Amino acid sequence: MSSFFSIPNPNAARRLFLGHSGLVLSGAAVALLAGRDVLAAKSGDAKAGDARILNTALGAELEAIAAYQVGAESGLLQKPVLALALQFQGHHKEHADLLAKTVRKLGGTPVAAKSKYTFPVEGLKVQADVLHFAASLEQGAVSAYLGAVPLFGNRDLSKAAASILGDEAMHWAILRNALGENPVPVAFVS
Amino acid sequence: MERLALAVALALAAETAAGADAARGEHLYARCAACHALEYDRVGPRHCDLLGRRAGSIPGFTYSPAMKQSELVWNKETLNRFLADPLKTVPGTTMTYAGVDDPKERADLIAYLGTASCSNR
Repeated sequence: MSSFFSIPNPNAARRLFLGHSGLVLSGAAVALLAGRDVLAAKSGDAKAGDARILNTALGAELEAIAAYQVGAESGLLQKPVLALALQFQGHHKEHADLLAKTVRKLGGTPVAAKSKYTFPVEGLKVQADVLHFAASLEQGAVSAYLGAVPLFGNRDLSKAAASILGDEAMHWAILRNALGENPVPVAFVS
Repeated sequence: MERLALAVALALAAETAAGADAARGEHLYARCAACHALEYDRVGPRHCDLLGRRAGSIPGFTYSPAMKQSELVWNKETLNRFLADPLKTVPGTTMTYAGVDDPKERADLIAYLGTASCSNR
């Protein structure tokens, strides 16, 4: 049997890992899971409360998408870092899509992206400034999702939010690593 | 017995307030960075000049009806209560965050927020 650690190609390793693990959910699976249980939810108050939590998260995700766009268009990001930033922006778009769909399923109205966002662009002079800014947003997002996970009336929405939290924690670690900082400085996030 | 408990609680509160560390609060404020900034509005409202401000009062910011109607004025006591449990303090707030459990962390955060003046930015 092949070992995960002996596969030289990352894609092959990922396929092997996914093939052997029942623990990993794709984004689509998380969406489906959230959608199914949203429909099964009982209390109108609980649905409204859950929709409010998701809408706050959606607002932050939409701002993050805009922030990565500012970074991508700044001309400060060199090619490998630019590709990474666009990949992370793509993740935030997926998060936003899932959150908006789930808010609708709960009977709510998803918040829309603002026509204009304020960012500290005057402080973005070099690539590292953009990376620091992105890292601060990702760190905040991890804390925000951590603070939201215990609030949901529907535990499967907590699971979906925790899945997003994990992705944003990876973004934060990679950005720290790109800045030459310890990517995972502590055992717990808060 | 109740008097003793009250005295202990007051003593602990005084100790916490006296020992608040704004520098540590600045470090803790990184947790707020998904939604807040000191000097401009984001998903949440700006935090400079927060102490003494009536809740829900920044012109142009879209607050929840719950926050606008809360009649809170932000000071050390109201902030401490809100940060401990935002949804219990202002039911219906869009700050859907479980809260900061540690009283010392809340005191440090409040000490930091107390240093943030809009005129310095």
